[in-house]
Amino acid sequence: MTEVAEAVERETETRAVVKKFMFVNRRAPYGTIYALEGLEVALISAAFDQDVSLAFLDDGVYQLVKGQQTKGLEVKNFSPTYRALEGYDIEKLYVERESLEARGIAEEQLLVAVEIVSAREMAELMEAQDVIIAF
Amino acid sequence: MKFGLLINEGPYNHQAADTAYQFARAALARGHRIQRVFFYNDGVNNATKLTEPPQDDRHIVNRWTKLAQDHGIDLVVCVAAGLRRGLVEDNLAPGFRISGLGQLVEAGIESDRLVVFGD
Repeated sequence: MTEVAEAVERETETRAVVKKFMFVNRRAPYGTIYALEGLEVALISAAFDQDVSLAFLDDGVYQLVKGQQTKGLEVKNFSPTYRALEGYDIEKLYVERESLEARGIAEEQLLVAVEIVSAREMAELMEAQDVIIAF
Repeated sequence: MKFGLLINEGPYNHQAADTAYQFARAALARGHRIQRVFFYNDGVNNATKLTEPPQDDRHIVNRWTKLAQDHGIDLVVCVAAGLRRGLVEDNLAPGFRISGLGQLVEAGIESDRLVVFGD
C-alpha cells in the first residue's frame, strides 16, 4: 500500500470512531492559563466529530459567571467564547451543583445555558466517558 | 494496550513531567505501546534543547529524546502553546515535532487510554 493510501485509510478509520470526550474545568478563569488553553482544546475537538461535553466544578464554575471584568488584570476576557460553543455543536455543559452552592453562585449568574448536576451525577457522567481531559 | 500521554506541566518545576516519563518507560517495559506524547500548557518547555540542568541532575529533555529514538515514539509539541512560551523549531530538541491541537484530540481517538499528567 502506498503511503498516501495508508494515510487515507488511517484518516478514514479515525473519522469513523466517535468517542465520548469530556473536558473538565476545575480552575478559576484567570490567575493561571489552564481555563483558556483548556477551552482552546475543546474548540479544536469540535472539528473531529466527537461526542464532546464540558464539565465545570470547583473554582472552574467561575469560568461561566457573567460580567467578567479583566481590564485591571491586563488579560483578555475570553468568557464570550463560551457563548460560541453552541456554534461548534458543543452543547453539553455540565456544572456541579455543590461547587456553585459552595461559592454562592446562582444559575441566573451564568452566561450560557447549562445542565446543573450533583457531584454524584457528575461522577456517573465521567464514568461514561472514553476520554477525560482535565485542566 | 496503546497509550496516549498528555503533559501539561514544565520540567523541573513540577513532578508531572517526571511521572509521565516514568509511566512511559514502565508501559513500554511491559510491552504496551505509546501512540503519542503531547506537550501542552507549560509542558511545551520539556522540548527545548536549550535546557542545561546541573550535571548531577537528570536531563528531562534528553531523556525524552532518547526514549523517542529507542522506541519510535511520536513527541508532539502544541504550536500555539509553544509560540506563547518562545518554543519554536529553532530551539526544539531532537525527537520532538511541533504541530496543532488536533494531534491531541487524535491521540484521544486513536489510543486505548489517554493519560493526563498535570497539576
